[in-house]
Amino acid sequence: MNMIHALNSALDIMLGRDPGVVVLGEDIGYFGGVFRVTEGLQRKYGEHRVLDTPIAEGGIIAAAIGMGANGLRPVAEVQFADYIYPGYDQIVSELARLRYRSAGQFCAPVTVRTPCGGGIRGGQTHSQSPEAIFAHVSGLKVVMPSNPYDAKGLLIAAIEDDDPVIFFEPKRLYNGPFDGNPNQAAVPWSAHPQGEVPPGHYTVPIGKAAVARAGRDVTIVTYGTMVHVCEAAARGLGLEAEIIDVRTMVPLDTDTICASVARTGRCVIAHEATRFAGFGAELAATIQEECFWNLEAPIRRVAGWDTPYPHAFEWEYFPGQVRVARALRVVMEMDR
Amino acid sequence: MPTKSRLHVPATPARPGEHSDFSWLRLSPAGAVPRPEITARATDILFLADGLVRVLDDAGEALGPWHPHLDPPDLQIGLRHMLLTRLFDDRMQRIQRSGKISFYMGSLGEEAVSVAQALALRPDDMLFPSYRNQGLQVARGRPLVELMCQLLSNTRDMCKGRQLPVLYHWREGNIFSISGNLTTQFPQAVGWAMAAAIRGQDAVAASWIGEGASAEADFHHALLFASVYRAPVILNVVNNQWAISTFQGFAGGEQSSFAARGPGYGIAGVRVDGNDFLAVHAVTLWAAERARTGAGPTLIEHVTYRGAAHSTSDDPARYRPRDDYRHWPLGDPIERLKQHLMRLGEWSEERHAALTAELEQQVGAAWKEAVSYGTLTDPPRLDPHLMFEDVFREMPPHLRRQDAELRAERSEG
Repeated sequence: MNMIHALNSALDIMLGRDPGVVVLGEDIGYFGGVFRVTEGLQRKYGEHRVLDTPIAEGGIIAAAIGMGANGLRPVAEVQFADYIYPGYDQIVSELARLRYRSAGQFCAPVTVRTPCGGGIRGGQTHSQSPEAIFAHVSGLKVVMPSNPYDAKGLLIAAIEDDDPVIFFEPKRLYNGPFDGNPNQAAVPWSAHPQGEVPPGHYTVPIGKAAVARAGRDVTIVTYGTMVHVCEAAARGLGLEAEIIDVRTMVPLDTDTICASVARTGRCVIAHEATRFAGFGAELAATIQEECFWNLEAPIRRVAGWDTPYPHAFEWEYFPGQVRVARALRVVMEMDR
Repeated sequence: MPTKSRLHVPATPARPGEHSDFSWLRLSPAGAVPRPEITARATDILFLADGLVRVLDDAGEALGPWHPHLDPPDLQIGLRHMLLTRLFDDRMQRIQRSGKISFYMGSLGEEAVSVAQALALRPDDMLFPSYRNQGLQVARGRPLVELMCQLLSNTRDMCKGRQLPVLYHWREGNIFSISGNLTTQFPQAVGWAMAAAIRGQDAVAASWIGEGASAEADFHHALLFASVYRAPVILNVVNNQWAISTFQGFAGGEQSSFAARGPGYGIAGVRVDGNDFLAVHAVTLWAAERARTGAGPTLIEHVTYRGAAHSTSDDPARYRPRDDYRHWPLGDPIERLKQHLMRLGEWSEERHAALTAELEQQVGAAWKEAVSYGTLTDPPRLDPHLMFEDVFREMPPHLRRQDAELRAERSEG
């Protein structure tokens, strides 16, 4: 299965198992979504379970909160993460705090799915990775899978979770793993072990990182598309890198991350999002606090530049293998 | 009578495999809707939001109080701009398929809205377009080469490679930077108009969104601020029936017209045949005069049809009948103006064919020049260093460092 099919399967299973699950968003019903993730679901479950909505992200999130407060389990789609901001107030001020401010009397078990990330020539309005500004908000769980198996298991876990989950889908990974080299022929998920997805119900726990690749030279802490870019970059340098796929930014699996860094003594952190005050800063601070005496070299961050995502300079902006390799060489002191 | 609540889901008249159905479309005969004084109170002219202002009848005759009585040369200019817009769109869509540009959005069927409005407004009036208003640029005389260079993200790209194709801007032409986010420009146009009133300028602002985008909260902000401050602004909803796959009923068009949103805020609302060049021109002139003389803002709903796909990433055959556009009751804006001019004895098939050939050649020559300044894939290319400029007026230290890092990275890669 590719990631689109895996996500579709998760939604299908949850719509089938739980009559409270509703799916709503722009173009997601009859059309099946601009990325086809909801294809066939309205036909199967009807227009009261799979709802096309007006183009109003604030309205979509707010309506999902109200539905959630009245016993449903809404899965809202925001068509691109770049379009989530009209819903930001509802997410930050309402969805994230409803349980807290009502002392547990009210809650809204809403999942917000949204495609994120670059590499598709989408320019600044179809390429952003805004996970950090959600991870910064108390009361939201934040998830980003890097492969179809995790995508399905994490989405089912997110829907079953009683807390709100912001679920980022790296759109460049929908059809296959991407190692950052745009000139290489596309690789399908069918050729990748994580593309093997069981048809039935299963979960991948929220709050658990994965060791995407074991190694002893250096730890690379990353998530989303960058998992694949980092693997390729480390391979290119002949390094045995241990690659930690964070998968869940909140709650963060500090144990898995720090155990690895304590073992390797070296760490590179990589994400597509802008660097300044990005999620990498949280990771670096945490690792420094927990692993300072194990570190052989300063932690390095690899990220997108601190500019809007520029259409014409996609591959100069994107933190590709060269940028990752440069950070790895510094951390490994290879150029000395 | 229903006895309990049930979720209502707006009906979509026709899906693929079904026959087109426009029986729900409320029409008024050409010439039937009265033209009130520009000083009329919004609540006294509710009929404008409910009817459909039309000047051209099916035979191409201009009728009624909204007939703008434009001189034939002005009509011919309108026809030329609409035809140029269409040929430009057509060529760019074909080129996108060949991979030279990454993305495009056509305006087939909606040309009269942009062209007639641009011609009805003054050059110093400020325009806040959506991404489907290329006719504004054409009618204001922008060289096609400049638009093409933006589409190509090449060395002459006005956006310096930073924007997706079609998100143009034109400072000298008084056209604001187009956003890829929906409806954001609507309340911004109101703010521009408020500033014009504060500064004692007599220019007005105009903005455009699709009917689907009227669902965003910014639509409410625009109408509210325009009403509260009586801003000299024209707010246009281009009701082209489709928001990607979603029919206008999902934007609230099933219950009332989009023009009718205006009177609720104390703003004049006018529903106009968006494929009728004369009607769009007349209504725009009425609204501009109203704004310019302090009588207040106007919300115009242009009833039209998106003949094009949403974008080159979209396939409408998945969600509407393949030939739906051919059945649209309001016809084609270019054909209708052409028919009117021919009826006046001011146009002919021969002149039309000659104009088409001339404009096709103009588009072809512009393209040839544009690609000589580079394409997304072929040199010359913009310097990637430009990515770090204009984030701030002066580049802060962290961006200077990243700029240097990129240079080092590129010398390796």
